[in-house]
Amino acid sequence: MTVLIDKKKCNSCKGLPEPRCVQNCPGDLLSLGSEDGKAFIWDARDCWDCMTCVKLCPRRAITTKLPYVLADYKATLVPIAGKTSIRWTLTDKEGQVEQFESVTLQPKKKEARP
Amino acid sequence: MDIILTDIVKKSSTTLGRDMAEESFSIEALDTDLLIIGGGTAGCLAAVEARERAPGLRVTIMEKAHIDRSGCLSAGMNAINAYIHPGETPESFTRYVRFDALGLVREDLVLSQAREINDVVRRVEGWGLPIKKDEQGNYLRRGRWNVSINGEYLKPIIAQAARDAGAQVINRVAATNLMMKDGRVAGAYGLGVRDSKLYAIRARATIVATGGASGIYKPNNDGSAHHKMWYSPFNTGAGYTLGLRAGAEMTSFEMRFIALRVKDIIAPTGTLALGFGAPQVNAKGERFMAQRFADWGGDGSPTPLRVYGPVQEVKEGRGPCYLDTRHLTPEQVRNLKAAYLDMYPSIVLYWAANGIDPSKEAVEISGTEPYIMGGHCQAGYWIDVGRRTTLPGLYAAGDVAGGAPYKFISGCWAEGVIAARSAVNDLPSLATPPNPDKAQMEAEGERIFAPRRRFQEVGEGVAPSEMEERLQKVMDEYAGGVSTFYEMNAERLEVARHHLQRLEGQVKYLMARNPHQLLQAQEVIDRLLVARAVVEHLVHRKETRWPGYQTRLDYPQRDDERWLKFVNSIYDGETGEVRILERPYQQFVSGDRYKPKE
Ligand SMILES: Cc1cc2nc3c(=O)[nH]c(=O)nc-3n(C[C@H](O)[C@H](O)[C@H](O)COP(=O)(O)OP(=O)(O)OC[C@H]3O[C@@H](n4cnc5c(N)ncnc54)[C@H](O)[C@@H]3O)c2cc1C
Repeated sequence: MTVLIDKKKCNSCKGLPEPRCVQNCPGDLLSLGSEDGKAFIWDARDCWDCMTCVKLCPRRAITTKLPYVLADYKATLVPIAGKTSIRWTLTDKEGQVEQFESVTLQPKKKEARP
Repeated sequence: MDIILTDIVKKSSTTLGRDMAEESFSIEALDTDLLIIGGGTAGCLAAVEARERAPGLRVTIMEKAHIDRSGCLSAGMNAINAYIHPGETPESFTRYVRFDALGLVREDLVLSQAREINDVVRRVEGWGLPIKKDEQGNYLRRGRWNVSINGEYLKPIIAQAARDAGAQVINRVAATNLMMKDGRVAGAYGLGVRDSKLYAIRARATIVATGGASGIYKPNNDGSAHHKMWYSPFNTGAGYTLGLRAGAEMTSFEMRFIALRVKDIIAPTGTLALGFGAPQVNAKGERFMAQRFADWGGDGSPTPLRVYGPVQEVKEGRGPCYLDTRHLTPEQVRNLKAAYLDMYPSIVLYWAANGIDPSKEAVEISGTEPYIMGGHCQAGYWIDVGRRTTLPGLYAAGDVAGGAPYKFISGCWAEGVIAARSAVNDLPSLATPPNPDKAQMEAEGERIFAPRRRFQEVGEGVAPSEMEERLQKVMDEYAGGVSTFYEMNAERLEVARHHLQRLEGQVKYLMARNPHQLLQAQEVIDRLLVARAVVEHLVHRKETRWPGYQTRLDYPQRDDERWLKFVNSIYDGETGEVRILERPYQQFVSGDRYKPKE
């Protein structure tokens, strides 16, 4: 399991103290390259595939890739996270597309606490 | 040089070592009232509860990652697996949990968290968590104790609640040891993952909520897929070792959690079995759970038997085993995928990549490598009902706390709340500890930064990943991993013990080339100590209490007369020995311990 980072698309979240992916990876797997200043993964093997970085990347520079030992080449799963919902586009290896949308956040309620 | 502790807003930074030379490390000394180690499921709720109870209290979360997406909830969740629906009670819940854990749990702990669960779920719903409803507007049931949710964003929601409540959050600091002063816990040390500093956070009370431990055993997948595991590979047992090294009492490390999961992709099966009514079948198409475990309830048997069953089928030549999903309609398959996207998106990609349609073919299942955790099983700190550990000033909540299985998200929340309440109540009797011991601080810095120093001074040694693999191989082969059908006997465990002792002697050769490897070095050191405790617990329990989780070939029967008790341990840092002790079981809820209902 790992993620692929498109260096052409990555702008290292200019203006933020840390790119979103680097800031949020639960495994500390992402960092900024000292030479090109772009995000990279310390060790591709160590990704848990939670897709946090994929969801957060504003330039859609990051894609999830299943290890070949588990999965055939070609299918893709692309999330687009909005403020209160997330949309997923799944493309199987034959090119068939399926879309899903799910609510992620509802308005806060006044707490009725004892 | 004197280390002066200052208020958290006025951080002080000093340097120990030779003239800021590369091999030196600097110290960040901070001061707070309540320190929460691990800003996960339990930790975030603990922070909110503490600030609500005592608004002036300084509450600080020390988090290894970033609390917005750290821990088990990184990818989201699709159900709350412990909820008391109408018609059930905390007592009926405890009865069920006792049955599920084959008659041995801390009923006082299970009861106390059951009493909090519904309140805490409603609270999180109020923060914005979408909970699915039925036509009457009740929470949508998914099984006897479960509620369906749209929980993709669950972690950011509770993290925001912790911040809104006014907790200070220090992200990217991994706790490495407790700060001990005059026989009590006085805060914790941590490694700054980004700045490679030693953090010394002094606190009046400390809650540990770092989750359980994965990666102790060889995982199902290896190589490029080695982290394709169910439990978070970044929960490495640090919370256990903080306590072990300080002499805390631990319980039930021998009750390992082996999860029944979708083979290869290791996705949870509750979504299929509970959410979509899929029974287990073997290669011959037989519903073996119904046939061979009828007395226990067939597909409704206790969780350990639901993994023991299929593992036996495979061992005896009737595998592969499946969850039979062939009754699903195309619409149900769509709903199934949507449910997984909220929690474990990679299975949806895996099906698309391999051309798998669960309505046309049954879903193959397998057991996972054993995890050590107190949320599904009961490995962890030995605590009282207030979630106080045996170390004064230290509380435990969530997967790191022992004795009370079947917590899942909501039970972890409940424990966070209970621990915070106890800490706040106890605070008047917990004075601000004196300044940390400079020698202790320096020793901890030397210990943490040794792998970096080795790289700078020697330049060769053992990579953390190498030691991890070695450890996992030993545990797999001799302490009941996947390759041995989770089985063990005294002789094999003795070999494991011997190898682990030898590995301990190799720790001094660990080498870190970069800051990330320095973190990994701490992780493997933690895993090694957890593994040693696991082996001692497994050696001690001379019965088979939880087939699958703990299968002793040399003691194949359950033995209530001799073993209806808890196996506990205390690590002696001086001698490096894990000392075992036994604690009695107490029944608090009436009824047959082996029945799911009265
Ligand atoms: C993939 C998956 C799916 C699940 N699905 C469900 C579900 O649908 N329903 C359900 O009820 N339960 C589910 N569970 C179980 C549930 O998520 C866990 O039992 C629960 O979240 C554990 O809470 P916790 O607070 O103990 O640990 P976590 O939430 O994992 O928090 C631990 C925190 O400690 C931090 N930490 C670790 N080490 C250190 C250190 N050294 N220093 C500082 N911080 C540290 C971690 O980064 C993390 O933030 C699932 C679990 C997994 C793994």
